[in-house]
Amino acid sequence: MKFAVIVFPGSNCDLDMYHAIKDELGEEVEYVWHDETDLSGFDGVLLPGGFSYGDYLRCGAISRFSNVMSEVVKAAEAGKPVLGVCNGFQVLTEAGLLPGALLRNKNLKFMCRTVGLKVINNETQFTSEYKKDEVIQIPIAHGEGNYYCDEETLARLKANNQIVFTYASENPNGSIEDIAGIVNEKGNVLGMMPHPERAANDIMGGSDGLALFKSIVKQWRESHVNHA
Amino acid sequence: MKKVKVYVTLRESVLDPQGSAVMGALHSMNYNEVTDVRIGKFLELQIEESDRDLDTAVKEMCEKLLTNTVIEDYRYEVEEVAGK
Repeated sequence: MKFAVIVFPGSNCDLDMYHAIKDELGEEVEYVWHDETDLSGFDGVLLPGGFSYGDYLRCGAISRFSNVMSEVVKAAEAGKPVLGVCNGFQVLTEAGLLPGALLRNKNLKFMCRTVGLKVINNETQFTSEYKKDEVIQIPIAHGEGNYYCDEETLARLKANNQIVFTYASENPNGSIEDIAGIVNEKGNVLGMMPHPERAANDIMGGSDGLALFKSIVKQWRESHVNHA
Repeated sequence: MKKVKVYVTLRESVLDPQGSAVMGALHSMNYNEVTDVRIGKFLELQIEESDRDLDTAVKEMCEKLLTNTVIEDYRYEVEEVAGK
């Protein structure tokens, strides 16, 4: 399986993402600069964390208009897995690929620590290698991770089982319903504030994030065997 | 040439932690009469005459890029810029 790691000016978790895929997962991966206009050669798209365009105006607001983003939209529409982590999640909400928005953390602090995440939905292509309600340890590092959406959207997220991860004990940012990660209705676009790529090997302090990437590959292999 | 002043505010339904922190500071300075503080953004755009309708263009800019309508509201004023 071949992944693209999208690199915006100001991305800073692109190397971690690349490392997790190449060295920990053992799959193919390439960096793709935000100016690129073709993602057709890739099976999955990863939007890493960081401060794309310096978070100017709003987090993700300017990146959303990069050339590559129309290709990311196409990939999402084609049903390819698209994962946005941290700033990547912010970009996906700004681009309208995921509902809601990320606000400033309620306590106004940049939160950088490892938190417990509860796997609410393990029936997505990103979480099949986890158990339902399993609590995993994944690092967070953000100042604007306070997920917000209106009541109507929240009801829809719940009805469609789109809430994938919630903060297990302490909510670090004040997000609505303790939301840490959601998928789109089709289930092929996941946005999450915590960084699974930073928990890909015990030497990093934990490896609970690796199963997320394994889930993606498993789903991809299965669907490609079926098509063969 | 026109100058367009765009005011961006967080929607009423959205909590403004920065505003709350500023209100706390004002209260600690004994300005207890302040009952709410909301922090927003102010943008000034200089716009040349073109065949595009100004209002339509400004609304598009606001809704596509300058604000996120999930969490923000906007309003704008248009001023004539003299000398150009």
